[in-house]
Amino acid sequence: MNALADLPPWASVMTSLLVLVGSGLALVGSIGLVRFKTFYERVHAPTLGSTLGLFCILAASMLYFSMAQTRAVVHEILIGIFVTTTTPVTFLLLVQASVYRDRFEGSDPLAGLGEDRAVVKTLVPSSGIANGSTAPPGC
Amino acid sequence: MSIFVLTVALFISKVFLTLAVATAAYRILRGPRAQDRVLGMDTLYVNAMLLLLVFGIGSGTTLYFEVALVIGLLGFVATLTLAKFLLRGEVIE
Amino acid sequence: MNAWLPFPVISAMLLGTWLLLNESWSAANVLFGSAVAVLGAWVLVRLDAPALILRRLWLALELGRRVAVDMARSNARVARLVLKDKRARTPGFVRIGLSVRSHYSLAVLACIITATPGTSWVAYEPVTNVLVIHVLDLVDDDDWGVIVLVRYEGILKEIFG
Repeated sequence: MNALADLPPWASVMTSLLVLVGSGLALVGSIGLVRFKTFYERVHAPTLGSTLGLFCILAASMLYFSMAQTRAVVHEILIGIFVTTTTPVTFLLLVQASVYRDRFEGSDPLAGLGEDRAVVKTLVPSSGIANGSTAPPGC
Repeated sequence: MSIFVLTVALFISKVFLTLAVATAAYRILRGPRAQDRVLGMDTLYVNAMLLLLVFGIGSGTTLYFEVALVIGLLGFVATLTLAKFLLRGEVIE
Repeated sequence: MNAWLPFPVISAMLLGTWLLLNESWSAANVLFGSAVAVLGAWVLVRLDAPALILRRLWLALELGRRVAVDMARSNARVARLVLKDKRARTPGFVRIGLSVRSHYSLAVLACIITATPGTSWVAYEPVTNVLVIHVLDLVDDDDWGVIVLVRYEGILKEIFG
């Protein structure tokens, strides 16, 4: 079964490249999810697939269907908008849940941060709860 | 010729995305903590959504687009609910 | 801002979503889409959402361009970090003192920071207006705060007020 449309060469090469780059980025992101050592590092890895990887595959899909059906097919933009606005919300809440659970178990990952110290390079295990809510307003 | 290039590219990208789903599943099974499993599930559904979009290009129908859209929206709700559960221990307050 | 259209920007977005989803510009779809758009905005009124006023719309395009450039750049960087040896990076938390307070600005900033791989939003203290982000690879101690402040805070303040 082969339902692929016969596109002009430039379009099929572009579609192929976009699909390969997108799926490659998603794979690299998932490998990072396995390779990184701490949770806070792992959060960064899947964003590869859900930002540029997703955009590449959506662009490939838009290009392919627009050429194959000879009309502009742009409804893939919707998936792009939904995923780019929803993924940050989930990751944000997940990181906050993780900070909360770490604090509950007595190892505050943000313990070394204060007025005098702007950067903490490693996870310092100690207790202490910073004041204020950790949730940004509007999310 | 152009069909051949596209067929090969789609096959390779399906292999890539299947491997990505497998690594995310490994993270779900391995843990070590609950938030790692939730993160693995989030990655898994995004990769599955990408896989469906690639299937859609291969099959030439826009039907897969709607499936991908639904997966994207429901996966968001699922991950959000799980994260909320980890944060408070209750889903609905 | 009036009784019929409390959130004109959001109503326009809802109508656009409806038309894209149905892939047609027929009169029936425009009519249904407009109904959905107006009703959806009324739901936001019931939810007490703060008024959304976009001051300078062309600056939103500039913001989108900056986000796209940063996203592509940080994607390449994180991909290299994943495939490289794991001792080669220094992850850590960074504290940034903000000056924007508008809810929409902070929400957009949270989306931008989390959507660029390599940085993620960790905590926000509303009293002191201090933001804590996690950075996958700290190149220089000071530069992350500078990047956020220079590249995003000013433009967000101009768009959302």
